[in-house]
Amino acid sequence: MERGGAAPDRVYFDYAGFAPVDPRVLAVMRPFLEAGIGNPSAPHSLGSEARESLEAARAKVARLVGGSASGVVFTSGATEANNLAIRGVVLRAPTGARHVISSAVEHISVLNACRDLEKAGAAVTFLPVDGEGQVNPDEVRRAIRPETALVSIAAACGEIGTTQPLTDIARLTRAAGIPLHVDAVGALGRMPLASTMGFDLMTVSSNDLYGPPGAGALWVRPGVKIAPQILGGGQEGGYRSGTENLPAVVGLGVAAELMRAEAAHGEPARLAGLRDRLVEGLLTALPDCRLTGPRSARLPHHVSLVLRGAKADSILLDLDLCGVAASSGSACAQRTGAPSHVLRAIGCAPQEMEGSLCFTLGRWSTTSEVDAVIERLPPIVLRLRSLALPASR
Amino acid sequence: MAAAPKVLIPDKEIDCIGLFCPIPIVKTREAIQGMNVGELLAMLSDDPASDADMRSWCRSTGHDLIEVAREGGVYRFLVRKTR
Repeated sequence: MERGGAAPDRVYFDYAGFAPVDPRVLAVMRPFLEAGIGNPSAPHSLGSEARESLEAARAKVARLVGGSASGVVFTSGATEANNLAIRGVVLRAPTGARHVISSAVEHISVLNACRDLEKAGAAVTFLPVDGEGQVNPDEVRRAIRPETALVSIAAACGEIGTTQPLTDIARLTRAAGIPLHVDAVGALGRMPLASTMGFDLMTVSSNDLYGPPGAGALWVRPGVKIAPQILGGGQEGGYRSGTENLPAVVGLGVAAELMRAEAAHGEPARLAGLRDRLVEGLLTALPDCRLTGPRSARLPHHVSLVLRGAKADSILLDLDLCGVAASSGSACAQRTGAPSHVLRAIGCAPQEMEGSLCFTLGRWSTTSEVDAVIERLPPIVLRLRSLALPASR
Repeated sequence: MAAAPKVLIPDKEIDCIGLFCPIPIVKTREAIQGMNVGELLAMLSDDPASDADMRSWCRSTGHDLIEVAREGGVYRFLVRKTR
């Protein structure tokens, strides 16, 4: 298979930050950028061709989420889809029934959408999580009120990889008649996940599926009422105005189809094997280092660690110099220098919070890349620790 | 006569009203970088998360969070640059 990405000599373990677009996706997108394709809303023949391509992409995304195609609303990405789900459902609810339940380890686009609603008078409950980042379904049960309009829990935490007990949570929301929104980024196509599990809204990111960035979708179960957040000419059934980004949406469709095919052919198990090899190798080689999030109930391509006595930004810089791209897990915390909300929520010790590392693997990751990281990371950490010692004494 | 309560006058004030995490902290960090040790920064924010975020940021950076006031939905944080 042709390799995605442009730097074959580097070890790239930041797929969650940005995934190379699959060359097969790019090949299908190219004519939509270069050749004459119309606006899907146009009355001429090029418009109707564009419309057909748009609807084909919609059907492919629907197949991946296991729901009806009429429920797919294309957006500019997962952040917009999360905003549309949360603001859309809550602002559509009567003023006295605007309570949202979410968790302390959600993506920042979920947290900030909830906080904005809170400023506008809605009530928000952010559920605590256990030391591995998991939401307890009993907490969801206790938080549900007569005025609860929405429960929003991601399938997995992007920062520490923890997957959530969604089947149990969906059983509760179903019984209470409350819509459940699931941000499926990281999890879709990598673990069993479908709207048939009792979800009412699902967020999809194109780039997460090796599709082009700048596209995504919100799947909405027919019958669930949402208020549009971007107003204009009434595209996407009136739920998301603005001419569709057709090349990117077509790419998202192909990416969704490939993701589904590869999931059926064992890609998640291959990734989990690489993940476990990396975890095993690093925990053995590095003293004072532990996995954040659970060992098994985690995304198959996700490794997150905290280690004491060395700062993540120094480690990442040194890793970069020896050809390894990784991340600290939270772009937000990287900008502020403050501990991330996820590490705070799982009760990390202050000495650990500065040393958090996140490796996310993907379609082109190999055993030799894993072994290169197991070989290169420990000396970097030991050197940084030895430099840090005099100051801490 | 009782002494008048001491009013702390900030050397700089930044307005982050309407902005959400991480921007209030990013702007606080930038503002502090351009100030002298011992000076006071006031930061206004109406993000419900900024209370916990500012406390946590001050703890990790070592700057002194000397006052948190709240009026309506707006927080006013007073931070002294320590290093």
